[in-house]
Amino acid sequence: MKLPFQPDTTTLLEAIPYPAMILDSSFRIIVMNRLMEAMTGYPSTKVCNIHGELVIRSNTGNNRGQLYRQVFHSGEPVSVAGDILNCYRRKIRIQYHISQLTETGGDTCGLLIICEDVSAKNETDETRSENYRSFELIGYSTKMQKVFEMIPLLAQTDASVLITGETGTGKDKIAEVIHQKSPRARFPFIKVNCGALPEGLLESELFGHVKGAFTGATRNKPGMFKLADRGTLFLTEIGDMPLPLQVKLLSVLDDRKFTPVGGEQSTSVDVRIIAATHRPLQEQVRDNQFREDLFYRLNVLQTHLPPLREREGDIRYLLDHFLDKITSALGKTIVGFTPTAMQALLDYQYPGNIRELRNIVEYSANICKRKKITMEQLPPYLSEKPRREKAGDKEEINAGAKTPAPSPVATPEKKNTRSDSARSSWGDIERQTIIDALKKHDGNRTRTAADLGWGRMKLWRKMKKYQLLD
Amino acid sequence: MRKLLMPIQGDFIAPRFDLATEILIVNFENGTVQGDPKTIIMERPSDEELCQMVVKENVTDVVCGGIEELHYNFLVWKKVAVCDSVIGGWKKVLEKVLDNTLSQGDIILFGDEQLLTL
Repeated sequence: MKLPFQPDTTTLLEAIPYPAMILDSSFRIIVMNRLMEAMTGYPSTKVCNIHGELVIRSNTGNNRGQLYRQVFHSGEPVSVAGDILNCYRRKIRIQYHISQLTETGGDTCGLLIICEDVSAKNETDETRSENYRSFELIGYSTKMQKVFEMIPLLAQTDASVLITGETGTGKDKIAEVIHQKSPRARFPFIKVNCGALPEGLLESELFGHVKGAFTGATRNKPGMFKLADRGTLFLTEIGDMPLPLQVKLLSVLDDRKFTPVGGEQSTSVDVRIIAATHRPLQEQVRDNQFREDLFYRLNVLQTHLPPLREREGDIRYLLDHFLDKITSALGKTIVGFTPTAMQALLDYQYPGNIRELRNIVEYSANICKRKKITMEQLPPYLSEKPRREKAGDKEEINAGAKTPAPSPVATPEKKNTRSDSARSSWGDIERQTIIDALKKHDGNRTRTAADLGWGRMKLWRKMKKYQLLD
Repeated sequence: MRKLLMPIQGDFIAPRFDLATEILIVNFENGTVQGDPKTIIMERPSDEELCQMVVKENVTDVVCGGIEELHYNFLVWKKVAVCDSVIGGWKKVLEKVLDNTLSQGDIILFGDEQLLTL
């Protein structure tokens, strides 16, 4: 009579592409594959009948065989991360998988142990964490190095993070890196722009809605909070969030529960919040535009991204990086900038920060037909806009700021100072540019629009937006 | 007189030097134990503290399970004779030390391991 299917355990283990072994019901080694022999440094024949943990020597909390017992009795497989110390005195990072083995009748007869060597993977992760360039985060200035030093600390915890910084400084990138480096990295990272949607829509977007909650709600929608469960929700432009929604957000942060629009039952979520804004939130709190309690709730951990003009030396690296990236994409062979063009780029203030720098490089790379980008191939406004402050002309700039020239249009005084523009948003800078251009052309809108490279309609729209119309 | 330090766990030599909390210190001379063996329970496992203890207690011999290269080299540099990667019940291992027959990587099996607790 033919025996039932009983494969040879040694052959079976050799087919497993990881170090593996089988233990009996007393957790003593029955057989090991060659990979396990190589990893531990002990030949299978020498360690047969020895307690598995005496040979593996892990730091996974199994030094008295607790994990073995747990798996053996519960039947639930366990997978833990840790390291082992082999007989060559080498510490190897492993993922320790323990699973139960049962006989044909269903009785537990032993354990299957697999030790996955993850040292190579971890090394890659470490290199990645130390070199943020792979995340397209470039910064060698002291201020950026401080930000980079903060990232692992911010990633470790589940506390809310508030990222502040001017527009284009890379708040989104930092938020993503924090998520990627956190234990939540395997779960979703969801970004919601709080300034992009009207109040009703934003509420539905964040918290979801139930079918029939409002006209057009034809089905249940889970909402970003639900979608980001166990992951990270990144609320960008939090300073633009409407006040009523701020109350609801605060209650979610406190209770970890929310009710979808039109719903009756509350849903529990485990979401880590990262918020970002280019607005001065403390000033908004003073002006009653932002809830103080929400501000303190979000501002548990805070990191400020410096504007590009304060990142001495980084501009050159960023220019090289973007030029390299853009020329590769365009299939061009541009090798760099001429000295004059480079000087102009280094002297420029970059009110739009890295986003603006990237756009300048993209513009120049597109129109450049030679090996090097010249001054003429840079956007024309570069030679017109205020340049980066130098020690010598700082006085002059400040003096200019004290006595603003009469303006042909209504301009609140505080908007006219250069020191203000240094810390103002893109909108303020654009507004100031329009004012400067209007001054230059004595208020003639046709010439101003042509100077700015816009149509008259666009200039009118912008003037209306910035309340520059009489 | 020589002084032996063995990190132990239950009846066995502790699998890892850096995770051991129970330390046995034995004075011996000419194959016999001198005085009573001393057991030290450490507040928490620490390879650094254990190395310091070896130096502070003027230990001449260390017998242990797995040990990291760094700590092994440190102890050797401090002129301590280290016999590592030893697996077995500590009583049998001690007998082998006294007989001067223990060597690095030895697995001391006497068939009574089932009676020992880890």
